[in-house]
Amino acid sequence: MPDFSLSRRSLLASSAALMASTALPRFAWAQTPKAGGRLVVAADSEPRNLNPAIVASNGVFFVSSKVIETLAEADYTAKDQLAPRLATSWEGAADGRSVTFKLREGVTWHDGKPFTAADVAFSALEVWKPLQNLGRTVFKDLEAVETPDDHTAVFKFSKPTPFQLVRNALPALSSVVPKHLYEGTRIEENPANNAPVGTGPFKFAEYKAGQYYRLEKNPAYWEKDQPYLDEIIYQVLPDRTSAANALEAGEIQLAAFSAVPLADLERISKVPGLTVVTKGYEGLTYQLVVEINHRRKELANLKVRQAIAHAIDKNFVVKTVFLGYAHAATGPVPANDPQFYTPDVETYPFDVAKANALLDAAGYKKGADGTRFSLRLLPAPYFNETKQFGDYLRQALAAVGIDAQLVNNDSAAHIKAVYTDHAFDLAVGPPVFRGDPAISTTILVQSGIPDGVPFSNQGGYKNAEIDAIIEKASEELDAEKRTELYREFQKKVAADLPLINVAEWSFTSVASDKVRNIANNPRWAVSNWADTWLAE
Amino acid sequence: MTRTLRLVRRRLVGSVFVLLIVVVGSFLMLEAAPGDAVDAYVVSMGGDAGLVEALRHSWGLDQSIWTRLANYLWALLHLDLGWSVTFSRPIRDVVLERLPNTLLLMGSATALSFFLGSALGIVAGARPGSLRDRLLSTGSLALYAVPSFWLALVLVIVFAVDLRWLPIAGIETIASNKTGLARAADIAWHLVLPVSALGFIYLALYLRMMRAGMAEVWRQDFILAARARGLPRRRIVLAHVARNALLPLVTMLGLQSAQMLGGSVVIESVFSVPGLGRLAQEAVAGRDTPLLLGIILVSAVTVVLINLAVDIAYALLDPRVGANEATA
Repeated sequence: MPDFSLSRRSLLASSAALMASTALPRFAWAQTPKAGGRLVVAADSEPRNLNPAIVASNGVFFVSSKVIETLAEADYTAKDQLAPRLATSWEGAADGRSVTFKLREGVTWHDGKPFTAADVAFSALEVWKPLQNLGRTVFKDLEAVETPDDHTAVFKFSKPTPFQLVRNALPALSSVVPKHLYEGTRIEENPANNAPVGTGPFKFAEYKAGQYYRLEKNPAYWEKDQPYLDEIIYQVLPDRTSAANALEAGEIQLAAFSAVPLADLERISKVPGLTVVTKGYEGLTYQLVVEINHRRKELANLKVRQAIAHAIDKNFVVKTVFLGYAHAATGPVPANDPQFYTPDVETYPFDVAKANALLDAAGYKKGADGTRFSLRLLPAPYFNETKQFGDYLRQALAAVGIDAQLVNNDSAAHIKAVYTDHAFDLAVGPPVFRGDPAISTTILVQSGIPDGVPFSNQGGYKNAEIDAIIEKASEELDAEKRTELYREFQKKVAADLPLINVAEWSFTSVASDKVRNIANNPRWAVSNWADTWLAE
Repeated sequence: MTRTLRLVRRRLVGSVFVLLIVVVGSFLMLEAAPGDAVDAYVVSMGGDAGLVEALRHSWGLDQSIWTRLANYLWALLHLDLGWSVTFSRPIRDVVLERLPNTLLLMGSATALSFFLGSALGIVAGARPGSLRDRLLSTGSLALYAVPSFWLALVLVIVFAVDLRWLPIAGIETIASNKTGLARAADIAWHLVLPVSALGFIYLALYLRMMRAGMAEVWRQDFILAARARGLPRRRIVLAHVARNALLPLVTMLGLQSAQMLGGSVVIESVFSVPGLGRLAQEAVAGRDTPLLLGIILVSAVTVVLINLAVDIAYALLDPRVGANEATA
């Protein structure tokens, strides 16, 4: 049984109970880590830019998060689910106009220069705010970063910015790059983007295109005795079957990010010495959604959207498409989010008769051939599961008399068709939830986004009420009130169905039993692996 | 000798036109595919409206297709293959880095299929209709019917996963710091499975051609004469029958080099060999038109050169070939 059903919330509760009942530090019952060894990991793609301060995406983090560190990292148990990294503490002012970070002392860059507040100020103002895909939203009102001393950075905002948002953004958005290598250069074209220099537990050593990335131990790392590993190698294995084969043959010890396809998991879990791990991705939840083009008159009708929602058997999708490694979704925030999720929304149980009745009531009667109308359905090609769900959705819609014509594109063509040309009626997309609605799910619903912005509301949906909630939440300083606004947002979205949330899933890792301390934080695959070690 | 030189000159002039058609045709075809390099970029990297526009401008994608084609051809005239936006490196470097791997894979596979195929063909054709002949012919046909990716996967599962005799993927042991002979041996070791997967399928082609050619030659009068002279059978088979059946195989060698490049796309992906085939796939997925054109150009030049070599070999092997051209 996959233990995916273990939600982050219940995990928090159980580990807290464990801590309380034993009142022992973690290492008292864990084995003593052994230093040394080479960890070989499967990589299915080669990101074209390894600078996480510019490109905050999982493909980049997978390699570069070991080299370049953020101010804080996600954690299962710590306060606000944040563990300190380059920052040791963070505090937001009551007026929402400043956030003060205390920075770690005695940290050096891989080239030997000291890490100071000037690096943080430079990264925030010159990289995150103007260049980073997500930072452009969160830090849009960042005006200045004051550095009263070398280990204090005070972020000043021109407009009140919710501290809750800044905090939630830290694990993914706050990668600090060295000012002395970037200052005065064209940041996007700096050679350090492809051979990153950071403060992390591993140094970037070598990249052979099409073959591997090699990281080596940083002996001067600030955390005593860490990292344990001597080397991490990312072997490029583009073929879907290679990772599983290489694991079985013992050539690699870890395949993260579902490099082993779901269909192979059962077989591979029986191979002695290999374990399937579903934890360690709670902070990287993907949402399976049906994107809707509201310009199409049938789909602009709420009854039709409700009918489509009722026509989808979410549990069947979880069981068949995801082989159980997913959850049925209720709304635009995934159930494993510890802060914002509310189950208290309109739900659409699987009910073909009700779907048919709704379509009849909407005025789209079945024709002589049994169909009501035809539409174009574009499943995103990025995951096997999005394509397979496309096939399922076509059948589910046929059962209620909607004839869906599948249009299969490759990634570039799909992006253009959906987000620039709007040449779709329904699309299947896998947006990622990043721990705060302001930097993830709201962009799929909010109006006024220019054409061509990928992974955003390009379906022509406009709802003044929802827009107002999003606007208000972006300025609400009180965490509780802000959370309440996003609960309201979830209710409105579930009721009006600008899109249909079908399922939530995350990745799996397959690892050799020898790899220890894996999956010990909610973003493990993209965290720094300083405490990962290899047993004999 | 002048005969050969003239042949080379004629072929090279013809090739320039072939290459031009290939380049313009591929450019237009990739342009016709929906989505551009920026669309492909944001799939993996994300972006907003400002970023998308800025990228289109900085990559020159906001210019018209004809301007870009003209710019490309103009640069090409100066032997400049351009800049790859997917790799942020000059295309010449990216392609030349991968070319040796593909040539090595293709060359070894071709050698395997040619030599082993024709040798087995001789065995089969030595006595057409014998049990040996029928076994080899049927076996080779079965092999030829197998898709290369399937053969590749089966070879991996048997020899790399179950038996663990050979490595699963890659062109050499990663980060091993091997040099010289040790490195060559390591690469050869890694090439065993991909070369077998690619070579065994084409082996059938040579085997059957050789056998069919020999069956034909057996019926010729000069064979009857050779037998009448009382030559030993072995000598008739090798010196008369096989030798005369060999020429079409040389032609095939040239034709097939192009096919092998195509087949290597699949094999390079399955075995994670960093070669041109896989690069071409990445170029298409990334809508990196100049990169794809660079790959196509380099491949086309390779194929043209191989065919030229085949023509020369042919002219040397058979004095009748090129005789007309020489006098014309």
